[in-house]
Amino acid sequence: MSVRIFVPQDAAALALGSERVATALTREIEARGLDATIVRNGSRGLHWLEPMIEVETPEGRIAYGPVKASDVVSLLDAGLTTGGTHALCLGKTEELPFLKNQTRLTFARCGIVDPLSLADYRAHDGLKGLERAVTLSPADIVTHVTESGLRGRGGAGFPTGIKWKTVLDTPGDRKYIVCNADEGDSGTFADRMIMEGDPFVLIEGMAIAGIATGATKGFVYIRSEYPHAIATMTQAVEIAHKAGVLGSSVLGSVKAFDIEIRTGAGAYVCGEETALLNSLEGKRGIVRAKPPLPAHKGLFNCPTVINNVISLASVPIIMDKGPVYYKDFGMGRSRGTIPIQIAGNVKHGGLYEAAFGLTLGQIVDEIGGGTATGRPVKAVQVGGPLGAYFPRALFDTPFDYEAFAAKDGLIGHAGITVFDDTADMLKQARFAMEFCAIESCGKCTPCRIGSTRGVETADKIAQGIEPEKNLALLADLCNTMKFGSLCALGGFTPYPVTSAMNHFPDDFRPVPLVEAAE
Amino acid sequence: MNLHVSSRDIGERTLDIVSEMKSLEGPLLPILHEIQAEFGYVPQEALPIIARELNLSRAEVHGVVSFYHDYRDHPAGRHVLKLCRAEACQSMGGDALAERVKSLLGIDFHQTTLDGAVTLEPVYCLGLCSTAPAAMLDGEVHGRLDADAVRDLVAEVRA
Ligand SMILES: Cc1cc2nc3c(=O)[nH]c(=O)nc-3n(C[C@H](O)[C@H](O)[C@H](O)COP(=O)(O)O)c2cc1C
Ligand code: SF4
Ligand code: FES
Ligand code: FES
Repeated sequence: MSVRIFVPQDAAALALGSERVATALTREIEARGLDATIVRNGSRGLHWLEPMIEVETPEGRIAYGPVKASDVVSLLDAGLTTGGTHALCLGKTEELPFLKNQTRLTFARCGIVDPLSLADYRAHDGLKGLERAVTLSPADIVTHVTESGLRGRGGAGFPTGIKWKTVLDTPGDRKYIVCNADEGDSGTFADRMIMEGDPFVLIEGMAIAGIATGATKGFVYIRSEYPHAIATMTQAVEIAHKAGVLGSSVLGSVKAFDIEIRTGAGAYVCGEETALLNSLEGKRGIVRAKPPLPAHKGLFNCPTVINNVISLASVPIIMDKGPVYYKDFGMGRSRGTIPIQIAGNVKHGGLYEAAFGLTLGQIVDEIGGGTATGRPVKAVQVGGPLGAYFPRALFDTPFDYEAFAAKDGLIGHAGITVFDDTADMLKQARFAMEFCAIESCGKCTPCRIGSTRGVETADKIAQGIEPEKNLALLADLCNTMKFGSLCALGGFTPYPVTSAMNHFPDDFRPVPLVEAAE
Repeated sequence: MNLHVSSRDIGERTLDIVSEMKSLEGPLLPILHEIQAEFGYVPQEALPIIARELNLSRAEVHGVVSFYHDYRDHPAGRHVLKLCRAEACQSMGGDALAERVKSLLGIDFHQTTLDGAVTLEPVYCLGLCSTAPAAMLDGEVHGRLDADAVRDLVAEVRA
């Protein structure tokens, strides 16, 4: 049988040259007349080793990385097709500590399967959750999801089962499942990786949501910055439709469910669920006041489930293995696993799925290996542009919704961005305000105007103009935004700003006229 | 992408696109994306046709077009370079890199070089935050950019 060589097509691998590796490998395999097939998989999530290629051997998959196109000849000379020894050889993929210590539930297949092979998907336990769901009543499915303890992975952490129950209990002849794939937070890429590496798990999760709530139509709203994810999802939906996973009879049942892929248009605020619904309807992405909840009056005024990609993609394994299996992972009220995205100035960046409860220090120092530059870690921003900057002093905080809230932070979509000691926290605070000003939907004054004032005030502090007065003004602006904004864009921008001010006060002091001697 | 189309052509092609897509649920964004893919921007001449066909006011259509960062009201350069300006890329020297790109191209963000070769745009995260700093050139992604890599990118668009 032809040996399979895996060359990732995930955008992070592509960004590091995996396309050139695939081209060189194809050419060289042909020239040497080797019996090898190249599979374009997703990423395993060890991004510092990308492009990481793997070869299937009787002993398991052997990994090599980071591979450049110019390494291909020497790799084949060294016997790549049989897992031969080479300086770039990393050994068995499954034995790599970064992977071995993870608990991969949602990402069980990502990087392993051919993303667009439904046969591969089935061979790796795919569709078992949906097969189970079509035999259950909607109420039973909802109970499963509720009992699993799954909370929304888009940021707010709202219990998914309760959201679904509201939609199930709301009468309506048309209901929708909307998947929020706007993933605008800096430091996050879990949604992108799933859509590129295991798109069928999202399709399966959405179909289960449809059957559970009586919705027959789903939309995936993907940000335009993700052309690769859009392409993969579009093909996957077509394949699923042809195979009868989607359509008028889901897996041969009496249930119907279909999915359409939609592209965003470059507005961060459209990740906010009601702005997203407006955008899908063809309107400006302005945030809607709640109530009504989307579950009651959502897309085109119909009852609508709107969930993040990871929330939906976690449902198939819950349906397959049962709620207790999932719930047994985690801590406190944060149940199951969370795909942590380790980003920024970090040595071992990538995706790390683990049960809730790792401390921030474990994630950054042990798993992430400290900074890429080798300098000390100064701050980490957790939860994207609306998340707080944490200093080392808070590294004992466990990764858990409530524990982060207790320290005036949030885990958001679970992105962690590491900064070394060259970071200027006043500059970071200014950027938080600037980003809010750029992306504000414009509906509320504190967000629209406050953020612009915030930028000006930060600039004055940087210039040493009336620093005490302007620091007080900045704190005041944060307060106004926090309490006077309709949504979390204006409401949470104070998190990065005040955390920077509180934890790194030195960066907000006026520039000393004479540099103190070291 | 043809940058020199007459108003009559714009009208006809807009009508084709709208006719083909207007049965979608919430068709306006997909239509605008298609129009931008066709012309490279969203021409003013297209707006009244879209408005008429979708039963919207022209102001409503204009409001939508102007709300979203993606839609251009004039053609871009032959290449579009989107440089990530968000936090993870900042942590890896993204700001200095941006300054370098600007000086190599001799333009600021949202501008196009005089020879029409390239438009420089900011982007806030490409989901490549573990391989920062990142950029997208005409839809192709680039990670772990450094001074040499951006010099090569700039040479590529200038060629
Ligand atoms: C400004 C802003 C941006 C947001 N961006 C996203 C996003 O990109 N993806 C996402 O899933 N949720 C995002 N959210 C959260 C959504 O409003 C919503 O809580 C989420 O889609 C619900 O799904 P979940 O319960 O599965 O998390 C954002 C919220 C705000 C206020
Ligand atoms: S807080 Fe900002 S983004 Fe949110 S609704 Fe108000 S103006 Fe819009
Ligand atoms: S396993 Fe092949 S050299 Fe490491
Ligand atoms: S912050 Fe630049 S790619 Fe995410």
